[in-house]
Amino acid sequence: MATQHSKAAARLMISPAVVLLLGWMLVPLTMTLYFSFRRYTPLRPGNEGWVGFDNYQRFITSSSFLDSVGTTLLMVGGILFITVVFGVLLGLLLDQPIWGQGIVRILVIAPFFVMPTVSALVWKNMFLDPVNGLLSHLWEFFGATPVDWLTQAPLFSIILIVSWQWLPFATLILLTAVQSLDSEQLEAAEMDGAPPIKRFWFIILPHLARAITVVILIQTIFLLSIFAEIFVTTSGAFGTRTLTYLVYQRVLESQNVGLGSAGGIYAVILANIVAIFLMRIVGKNLDA
Amino acid sequence: MGRITLEKVRKAFGDVEVIPPLDLTIEDGEFVVFVGPSGCGKSTLLRIIAGLEDVSSGHIEIDGTDATTLPPAKRSLAMVFQSYALYPHMTVRKNIAFPLRMAGFSKAEQDKKVEAAASVLNLTAYLDRRPGQLSGGQRQRVAIGRSIVREPAAFLFDEPLSNLDAALRVGMRLEISELHKRLATTMVYVTHDQVEAMTMADKIVVLQAGRIEQVGSPLELYKAPRNKFVAGFIGSPRMNFLEGAEASKHGAHTIGVRPEHIEVSAEAGTWKGKVGVAEHLGSDTFFHVHLDGESDPMTVRAGGEVGMSYGDTIYLTPQAERIQRFGQDGLRMT
Repeated sequence: MATQHSKAAARLMISPAVVLLLGWMLVPLTMTLYFSFRRYTPLRPGNEGWVGFDNYQRFITSSSFLDSVGTTLLMVGGILFITVVFGVLLGLLLDQPIWGQGIVRILVIAPFFVMPTVSALVWKNMFLDPVNGLLSHLWEFFGATPVDWLTQAPLFSIILIVSWQWLPFATLILLTAVQSLDSEQLEAAEMDGAPPIKRFWFIILPHLARAITVVILIQTIFLLSIFAEIFVTTSGAFGTRTLTYLVYQRVLESQNVGLGSAGGIYAVILANIVAIFLMRIVGKNLDA
Repeated sequence: MGRITLEKVRKAFGDVEVIPPLDLTIEDGEFVVFVGPSGCGKSTLLRIIAGLEDVSSGHIEIDGTDATTLPPAKRSLAMVFQSYALYPHMTVRKNIAFPLRMAGFSKAEQDKKVEAAASVLNLTAYLDRRPGQLSGGQRQRVAIGRSIVREPAAFLFDEPLSNLDAALRVGMRLEISELHKRLATTMVYVTHDQVEAMTMADKIVVLQAGRIEQVGSPLELYKAPRNKFVAGFIGSPRMNFLEGAEASKHGAHTIGVRPEHIEVSAEAGTWKGKVGVAEHLGSDTFFHVHLDGESDPMTVRAGGEVGMSYGDTIYLTPQAERIQRFGQDGLRMT
């Protein structure tokens, strides 16, 4: 990249990728912005036109909006909590020398390869089903009344399903972080009189802080747009309607593209607020 | 106090016996250096004393109490690691205070002891920095600081200077020796560098393949090595060995002469040879001399300025009373 000539060539070479990516991103975003300022209801044609901030106003004042934001945060937060806590524990466990380590590690990672729709259906029909589900058999075995998970604890059920999917990701990243810890540090702490719990708290956990923030950042980006798991289990009923799902309902179920687009823009803003916070945390952690 | 006794200590990893049964006593206040080539089991032995490795059999006594199965934290030993093993997310102050914090000292006491240790080690200005912002020598001092605040019965050093550059190493060597004189606490020091061993030790333990070859003061080892291995390992440059006819003249299987115990002459002497590579150190010059009829070159020390160059004929005369004689079994004959 030294000469003028090679710089120009490099720009020319990367321009197709830049143009494609930019177009990919900008066209939908611009269209969403465009629709969000218009009345656009495909099934009730004839009253298109500019409506200003009317759609935004209506979306935000509807009673479902705040509920959906709350549900989104609760769901994302719950999944992050479960995956990080169990990811750390599993990472520590898998770091121990055990027989058949390779196979165990592959098995642990396997859920990540299952498609969201498939895993949600498997969970719905094989685990959570109140009649045939494994969990209801378990409950019956102990003489308890089977729980109808998807109606009695719908949010928790979805959190469970998505956590199961993302736990391998967290485990994988945290396992490599655990492995990168200098064993002499742990031995030094042992010599310094720190029992196992304190070694975990003062040495291992701070060492994992960076990996944990990376896990949280990446997962949040993906979790804000959870859709398939909600769609195939509760279809947004019983308080599992997230912001993403609300946008979907506005556009496709109520056939109000304008209103849905305004919701989409709100989702973008929410995601950006979260991203800014996360970037700050990560930035601080990555500097140190 | 810090008297450490190892009795028939044996260590095996699976079928591989790295340390055959071994006895050793380290007296209180002694500076003991374990020295040997890499893989000789010296670090393992240190880790066994520290409690980071279990013994396969045998007993360890520290301070007169049986410590064989005590966990590391209960042995009142402190260890300085090769990689320093500082906690990267803590400041120097917190690093040094960590053992005190674990022992449940009050905040005020912690501060007092940390300040004291820092002033001893010239770290006061760096207390609020993190290990990543320190130089190698400073990190080393922090690691030592972390070990002295607990006032342990003995210090264990695992090749602490091997990551430092040559100049710093000499400096830290002096600092550790001085620390030992000041604290008068037992120190066990592992190194593969015989210069470190010679300069710092009260007592050197030479190890090979997990066996103790010889224990003694630096000069004892230098003057009266028990066998060929110790003779070759202690002293720099290493001792020259001659076998065959030359050795037979002295009634031995092998004879050894140190480079500094050979007279050099351009005219006449016992052995004749050609000058090979010369290493000029200023104060001394080391010549590699190819003796007629010998395959290995011999190292000799000459004065700082000797007018001899590559390919010249040279005559060597060993100092007769300084020749060491070794038998067929490698042991020194007296």
